[in-house]
Amino acid sequence: MPSIMADDPILRNAVSIGVATAVYAVSFGVLSVGAGFSVAQTCVMSLVCFTGASQLTFVSVIGAGGGVAGALPPAALLAGRNALYALSLKGVLSGTVRTRALRAQFVVDETTAMAHAQSTVAATRRAFDLTALCLFTAWNIGTLVGAVAGRGLGNPRDYGLDAVFPAVFLALLAPQLRGPDAMRAAIAGVLIALALVPIAPAGVPIIASAVGAVPVLVAAGRRRSRIAPAQAPEAGR
Amino acid sequence: MSWWTVLALCASAYALKVIGLVVGERLDRETSERWSLEIVVVPVLAALIVVQAFSTGQRFVFDARTPALLVAAVLVWRRAPFVVIALAAAATAALLRLVA
Repeated sequence: MPSIMADDPILRNAVSIGVATAVYAVSFGVLSVGAGFSVAQTCVMSLVCFTGASQLTFVSVIGAGGGVAGALPPAALLAGRNALYALSLKGVLSGTVRTRALRAQFVVDETTAMAHAQSTVAATRRAFDLTALCLFTAWNIGTLVGAVAGRGLGNPRDYGLDAVFPAVFLALLAPQLRGPDAMRAAIAGVLIALALVPIAPAGVPIIASAVGAVPVLVAAGRRRSRIAPAQAPEAGR
Repeated sequence: MSWWTVLALCASAYALKVIGLVVGERLDRETSERWSLEIVVVPVLAALIVVQAFSTGQRFVFDARTPALLVAAVLVWRRAPFVVIALAAAATAALLRLVA
């Protein structure tokens, strides 16, 4: 196994993401059972809902006595960015209706970042699928362990795991920052998010940051229609 | 806890993923060759990094995650392997918390 992984950076990266995610899944399992969900309900959430930040928020609010009406809006806001990710992944999520419907379930932070960090279409698809596989396995096994074993497994923060996710996303974003357009969009996204963190509910700063791509999209659209008004060339990666 | 609660969360999460996919395909057909929607993910990931690293709820927090992200940034710049970046970030934050 180590020798296969040494030659396959996509697999290696997908497995590393899975390992870090598994620890978070354990804490989700613990929290969920603590909030009053059964082990079966906790596992169904991870299998069917499969979007970490949303699930953690949902069970935390319910655990704190917020009820479904209080828990669903923040959870949906956090899951809202998956809609943006799916929008950006249209080329990756191609295939029959059934395959697309299945792949849609795996559109989350990690799979999207891994897919977009690749430079060919084949690698992009493979990165999405392998990350989806590792993440789904890790998230669900971790959830079961946490839900059954309960407390006493320690806090993921003690192992510095909360710091792993920003670091990993930075590593995955870096190769996408080729050219001034991407750089501008990234800076705009950061500024929008920072401005909204103190005033907007969780999830909103991240979704709203997508607006940072609008000037770049408009400028690119204008540029292309100026070059070839009749038939614009294929957009390059 | 009611199963309806679980169902509500699952249905909304999947609906959002599918909405993005359907809208993406529609937009793609209309504007097809003009815009590359992939760029949308760049500001969103950039925002995700700063929100995860520098905030807790609605407050800005500069704790062990900050130096961990700096270490990661240097390693990304030096083109270190992915696993090294992830482990170095975790180790930095864990050690700082152990000392504190």
